[in-house]
Amino acid sequence: MNQAYEISHLLSGAMLVTSFALLYQQRVAAVLNAFAAQSIVLALAVAWAAWSSNRPDLFITALIAFTLKGIVIPVALRRTVTRLGIHREVEKVVGVGAALLVGLALTGLAQALVVKVASGTASHAREELALALAIILLGFLMMIVRRNAVTQIVGFMSMENGLILAATGARGMPLVVEVSVAFSVLIALFVFAVFVFRIRERFDTVDIEALDRMRGDRR
Amino acid sequence: MIHAYQLVVLAPYAAALVLVAIPGYRVGAVLNVLASAATLAAGLWLMVSQGVVGEYAIVDEFNVVFIVINTLVGFTTALFSASYIGHEIETGRLPPGFVRFYHAMFQAMMGSMNVALVANNIGVMWVGLELATLITVVMVGLYRTPQAIEAAWKYFILASVGISLAFFGTILIYLAGQPALGEGVPAMTWSLLQAAAAQMDPAILDLAFIFLLIGYGTKVGLAPLHAWLPDAHAEGPTPISAVLSGLLLNVALYALLRFKMLVAGQPAALDPGPVMIVMGLVSLIFAAFMLYQRRDIKRFFAYSSIEHMGLIVFAFGMGGPLANFAGLLHMAMHSLTKSGIFFAVGHIAQAKGTQRFADIKGLSVTHPRLAVAFALAVIAIAGLPPFGVFTSEFLILTTTFAREPWLALLPAFGLLIGFGALLLRLQGTIFGEPVGPAHRVDASSVPLVLHLLLVLAAGIFLPPALVAWFQRAAELLG
Repeated sequence: MNQAYEISHLLSGAMLVTSFALLYQQRVAAVLNAFAAQSIVLALAVAWAAWSSNRPDLFITALIAFTLKGIVIPVALRRTVTRLGIHREVEKVVGVGAALLVGLALTGLAQALVVKVASGTASHAREELALALAIILLGFLMMIVRRNAVTQIVGFMSMENGLILAATGARGMPLVVEVSVAFSVLIALFVFAVFVFRIRERFDTVDIEALDRMRGDRR
Repeated sequence: MIHAYQLVVLAPYAAALVLVAIPGYRVGAVLNVLASAATLAAGLWLMVSQGVVGEYAIVDEFNVVFIVINTLVGFTTALFSASYIGHEIETGRLPPGFVRFYHAMFQAMMGSMNVALVANNIGVMWVGLELATLITVVMVGLYRTPQAIEAAWKYFILASVGISLAFFGTILIYLAGQPALGEGVPAMTWSLLQAAAAQMDPAILDLAFIFLLIGYGTKVGLAPLHAWLPDAHAEGPTPISAVLSGLLLNVALYALLRFKMLVAGQPAALDPGPVMIVMGLVSLIFAAFMLYQRRDIKRFFAYSSIEHMGLIVFAFGMGGPLANFAGLLHMAMHSLTKSGIFFAVGHIAQAKGTQRFADIKGLSVTHPRLAVAFALAVIAIAGLPPFGVFTSEFLILTTTFAREPWLALLPAFGLLIGFGALLLRLQGTIFGEPVGPAHRVDASSVPLVLHLLLVLAAGIFLPPALVAWFQRAAELLG
């Protein structure tokens, strides 16, 4: 039984490492690779939870994470970036060093917060939750410190990976969650298509800064 | 036997499926109105039918208030949008092909909001609110102008971050409920969670409530999480602005209030009241000052919505039967008045061909009837008698004054600041030399007049049955 928790911790820890990897990439293609890696580790973690705690419904979630977020979305995003032929470099609001330091602080915060607050729950569930919260906060950070629309989407999906990890860590959370997660993946894809193509059509760029110039009050 | 709460959800979704298949916008608009009328009938039926506490659905006095407002404003907005969209197609702002999706999305959004309102499960409620949010994102970007896309993008990013944080809070609530209720569906069911609140771990509840407050608070439009709201209101089609202000903010508030009830059930957990009072006051006063700098009429009234949501959150933060009653009443009055104002603004924007205050002048000369209706609506939202908003604002201020005299000064101050901005802008738009074009207004004025009459009636005489109903709902809130 103990070994099961060790393995799930290992996988969650690996996800956290990929979250940091997302922060220091220089090229959009590399960001997409790191995101794909994170999603595949998530799929493994969910599959492991499904097997070890005997909840076969979770295999569906694992499958969705693997195919959609591990393969389909990264490939589609990469093709979009190549086809548009623009902004292959990641545009940063904050440098890599500062972003990593803030990320470290957020991870510490997540650990301190969850471990202190949830002292009543079982220790393994608590640590799982702390790791998930750290991944969510890092995804949040990525949305703030990276400017490009594609990297912001990746930040959001990384946040969602953390949410799914948290939901699987909460033992016995009903199927409702899986349905909702499937929904949001579908919709992330849909919204992504709508926005990236429309933004491209209007500005010939996917840079959010170009959008900020359109502030309605200064028309 | 089908129950009314099922109809409230199923009718809009069924209508959405039908509407996607209908190419002509006239037929679509008529069907849209009919479907909304059916939903309204189901909502009114809920008022007289028995409460329900099922595995996935709950109907009590508290959420029926929200459902009735939702279906009523949904119906009048459908009525308004039928004539409004016709005009947008004629002027070429909206390609006719889009309109069937517009109608289908409108119904799907109404259905999703009703799902969130009747759900007895915190997960299902989250799904309903997320779906409604995503549909409105697409609708805000409907005109596909650079401004509309920027607004939709900002809305999408902020709303999805908010909704993600709310989901994390939902997971934490499940974890808190698990020891008492066991694994599985019971630990996500409102009615069971509520009963078991006293046995929950207060520390987890605290953390969960913070996440839920930030997450759903983003959707309520509380400062400093409000950045999406003015843009989304200004750039989307006007019927959507009316629905956003009048309904979607309420649904998010409903979620927040349910969680407040839950956290209040555990005395050892943090008291949600003071946190909500502070956030409400910050939003109220901040938005009141921001009103003065707005150049765009829809943006202006979007800030006014932030102001009023702040006041409502403040009232619920005060708590107690009287303040809750006042909060509920103000929410109902604000929904009716603000969506009415957006109907009027839609007329004005079509008459003048612009949303800029600088180009909207002298309405009383060019469009006297519209000017009178608009003036009445603005006077109503400014909180002047004899309209219902006066009653509810007066109640909020007097109950606060009775309990915390010094605290009452802050909302009064914010309301006065907002009042000044409203009168200033009203004077500018109604009087003066007319500038720019003056087109004929074809959009139907029935919804606007209906809303004004309801708010006026509520201000003059509140039927005892209505008062008793709101009082029971306020007592449920604790």
